[in-house]
Amino acid sequence: MFSVLRSIWIVLKHTFRKRETVQYPEEKPDLSPRYRGRIVLSRDPDGGERCVGCYLCAVACPVDCISLQATEDENGRRYPEFFRINFSRCIYCGYCEDACPTYAIQLTPDFEMAEYDRNNLVYEKEDLLISGEGKYPGYHFYKVAGLAIGGKDKGEAQNEEEPVDIHSLMP
Amino acid sequence: MPTIYIDDNPYEVKEGKNLLDAVLSLGEDLPYFCWHPDLGSVGACRQCAVIQFQDEEDEQGRLVMACMTPASEGTRISIQHPDASQFRENVIEWLMVNHPHDCPVCDEGGECHLQDMTVMSGHNYRDFRFKKRTHRNQDLGPFINHEMNRCIACYRCVRYYRDYAGGGDLQAFAAHDHVYFGRHEDGVLESEFSGNLVEVCPTGVFTDKTLKRHYTRKWDLQSAPSICNHCGLGCNTIAGERYGTLRRILNRYNSSVNGSFLCDRGRFGYEFVNDDARILTPVMKNVETRQFEEVSEDDAVAKIAELTRDKNSVIGIGSPRASLESNFALRTLVGSNRYSSGMSNAETELVNLSRQILNDGPAHSASLKDVEKSDAVLVLGEDLTNTAPMMALAVRQAVRNQPVEKAKQAGIPEWNDNAVRELIQDEKGPLYLATPTNTKLDDVATKTYNAAPQDLARFGFAVAQFLAEESPKVIGLDEDVKSMAKSAADALKNAKRPLVISGTSLLNKSLIQSAANVAWSLCANGKKAEIALTVPEANSMGMSFLEGQGIESAFERAASDDIKTAIILENDLTRRVDSKAWNQFLKNVENIVVIDHLENETTAAADILLPAGTFADSDGTLINNEGRAQRFFQAFEDDSAVQESWRWLQGVLDLGKDTDVSDWYSLDNVFSAMTKSVDTFKGDIVVAPDAKFRINDQKIPRSPYRYSGRTAMKANVDIHVHKPPQDPDSPLSFSMEGYSGKQPSGLTSFFWSPGWNSVQSTNKYKNEVGGELRGGDPGIRLIEPKRNASPKYFTEVPEPFSPREGEWLSIPLHHIFGSEELSAKSFGLSKRAPEPYVALNPSSAEKLGLQMESRVSVKLDGTEHTLPITLHENLPDGVIGLPVGLPDFNGIPLPNWSKISGATE
Repeated sequence: MFSVLRSIWIVLKHTFRKRETVQYPEEKPDLSPRYRGRIVLSRDPDGGERCVGCYLCAVACPVDCISLQATEDENGRRYPEFFRINFSRCIYCGYCEDACPTYAIQLTPDFEMAEYDRNNLVYEKEDLLISGEGKYPGYHFYKVAGLAIGGKDKGEAQNEEEPVDIHSLMP
Repeated sequence: MPTIYIDDNPYEVKEGKNLLDAVLSLGEDLPYFCWHPDLGSVGACRQCAVIQFQDEEDEQGRLVMACMTPASEGTRISIQHPDASQFRENVIEWLMVNHPHDCPVCDEGGECHLQDMTVMSGHNYRDFRFKKRTHRNQDLGPFINHEMNRCIACYRCVRYYRDYAGGGDLQAFAAHDHVYFGRHEDGVLESEFSGNLVEVCPTGVFTDKTLKRHYTRKWDLQSAPSICNHCGLGCNTIAGERYGTLRRILNRYNSSVNGSFLCDRGRFGYEFVNDDARILTPVMKNVETRQFEEVSEDDAVAKIAELTRDKNSVIGIGSPRASLESNFALRTLVGSNRYSSGMSNAETELVNLSRQILNDGPAHSASLKDVEKSDAVLVLGEDLTNTAPMMALAVRQAVRNQPVEKAKQAGIPEWNDNAVRELIQDEKGPLYLATPTNTKLDDVATKTYNAAPQDLARFGFAVAQFLAEESPKVIGLDEDVKSMAKSAADALKNAKRPLVISGTSLLNKSLIQSAANVAWSLCANGKKAEIALTVPEANSMGMSFLEGQGIESAFERAASDDIKTAIILENDLTRRVDSKAWNQFLKNVENIVVIDHLENETTAAADILLPAGTFADSDGTLINNEGRAQRFFQAFEDDSAVQESWRWLQGVLDLGKDTDVSDWYSLDNVFSAMTKSVDTFKGDIVVAPDAKFRINDQKIPRSPYRYSGRTAMKANVDIHVHKPPQDPDSPLSFSMEGYSGKQPSGLTSFFWSPGWNSVQSTNKYKNEVGGELRGGDPGIRLIEPKRNASPKYFTEVPEPFSPREGEWLSIPLHHIFGSEELSAKSFGLSKRAPEPYVALNPSSAEKLGLQMESRVSVKLDGTEHTLPITLHENLPDGVIGLPVGLPDFNGIPLPNWSKISGATE
């Protein structure tokens, strides 16, 4: 009998505590920039697509909800021909962001993606691409990689020497 | 068997190996770069360092390179020793100094030996903060992509390309850390085996350019064990698919067939599978408009069943590029006496003769491995590089056997590659080439003889005569030809494993007969002689097992009998018969039913056209030139109506109700029905594990467990993830689910082992390095020689060739790129195919008053072609060569007499 009364008392006491519940959607929660929500594809400082179609996000994905096809433009720069995320399967674990060697794929603090039709949760590249650099400003993969692409020849990346003249006999 | 101690544990290893080989054969991991199972050791990369101890007491030890140290009795080494592993880590660190940060955009990533070895050695953080050296790349043609920045200078590429494959146009340039591997200038790599650089290069310097056009990582490919269908050798391949298209062909190790390598036709000839000209739905010709109209599968099958109700009015024309099962289904439908092999009469006769020689004679039919192991070779008539490319590569290795034997006697182990090469220099074992014109093997030949086909056969008969009295005499042979025949006979007689190679490419019966005489006479001398006879297509030999008649005979039958319907199976007949005969045939036969996978002139003439599967989207069995039955498995299943030809025919047979085909729901049952009802197959033959085969009750997966994108790849079409397609024909699953250990040999869809993502993981699937796959090499030989049979020598020696006045004997010249029907339709290969030409020797050209750039008109069999000339120094007088299989030459029967004259344009 006593324990029942005590329980009722404890529950009643909670009536006067500060509320944890937020009046969503009228009131929006304050999320950290590192929150793992809707996935985006970001762009280089020069505006080009950051994604080089390396497939690492797809292979890191534990629910296999990313699929893409890499292709190349006439200058040798790689980009995804299509890039599809099935958000109805995504578990927002962020492994894709971890795996991405070019900072292209990033998770954002947006979680308001509910749909009445599951088909609308399939996002294509056009839906994923944002116009900015996201959380990692300044990074440009091709400035680090050794591959020559249009506008960046061999030897013009960071920490690269001029291409070797193989006819030279100098030591 | 010596015992060696690795980290104090005793292991028995095979005699005469080096430590690296022994350690890898034992299944241990030890990093390496410059060593390759087929190229031997040079000790260049310093990666496979281990600590070797003097004896049990020795605690200090010394650093040695495992690949350069023999695994002799009592050798004590430590792989785990901190000094050794530190050394290996440092070596990798130095190699990585200039290696670019390219992995995300590098096609090798995910199957890179350098990545694997870096992880294995423990070097996981880059400290180098200074400038990296860079190189400019070269354009190496349509097959190979070049990215020199990634090079770690292991020298494997030039050792493979120059020393192993005999190529001349890839070399190391410059010095120290500037060393550069490439051509002297941009240009197509000349070797027909350049594609192997993709697998030989431990990193991404040489990558597959055809794969790059539709790039997919290794882990994303759904693959199946396959058999190359671009020549008669039956090399084992792995076909990899993604998003419904075939992405690439990789080598599948099989020690008794192709070993570690493939030719460029086999590797890059796959793209016809993705061609726009693929037939995807059943169509029927509208009677009035003569246009194709789509029909349902059931309607098409029912219509064919109706047409074939009267058995006597149907003929079936099979195909040497279709599987045994499909051909057998057709044979069952039309009856064995109305079934044609789909090869010309001449070809059918030659292939049957080949099988008879291999089957009834005492000489063993040589596998590619046997060719590689032979130590004296006589080639009669075959330009191997173009007709059976991998055999040419095997012959290149065979000529090293006698000199290497000398090196062994000098105490140098065979694996010590540099030392062996230093000792033998340019010395070559005996290789006698008798071919109509010069070939790419001439540079390693002891002697070459270029003559007209019948003269080559006479040469062969002469060699046989020197070896056995009973073999017929050749009268009126030139002295120098006679002396060459004598020296060839002596070389073969003195060899341990003599080999005779001939084949069907010149369409000359006497040549094959003379080759048989040589091999049999060697057997009569007590030699274990081998004979290798090349056949034109992937299943030519299989056709001889099914005993169909030639096309011309089938056409005659269509003309004389009351034939109303012809069923043509995966065969473009316009490539095989001349247009006159073809048009006559079309007039004679009311209904043409064609089952094929690519549109061609024959499918255009069809009244009913059914879509068949290619090697990549169907299963089946092929018999190669050696008589080895091998199974290829379906790599992918798509939503179209494409299915195996035998499945279409099963539907027709089922409606016809004459034969009980109710159990033909799986390939195994069709195959066993065939072995039971066709006499040439003796009894139960097991080519591959049957569809019920399971390991731990699980199927064998077609994809690695890292296969990605499963729930997204079709989400744009349908959000629901469907059950993967079922496969009634094989124990393989269309998924990454299933038994996760190593696949059994013959069911290997991909080579992978923990820590070994590159093709080097193949070593983990073998009993020993360079040996058989665990569980035996897949495939089964259906032809075994009668060792004790006394040879029945062929006695018809042909007359010598005499040039005719005003007429020229035109002989077929084969091209690795372009002569074969399917591969020629592939994007990369089509760029390497030659333009049509006519070849003749310079003196004939001069007589006709022709210049280098002249065009001539060739009158052949009622048709006239205007072609540019190509001068072949060694082509005999009175003979011209015409390229085979190029569009302009379809259906022209060769060899044939033709007239040529300077073109009047």
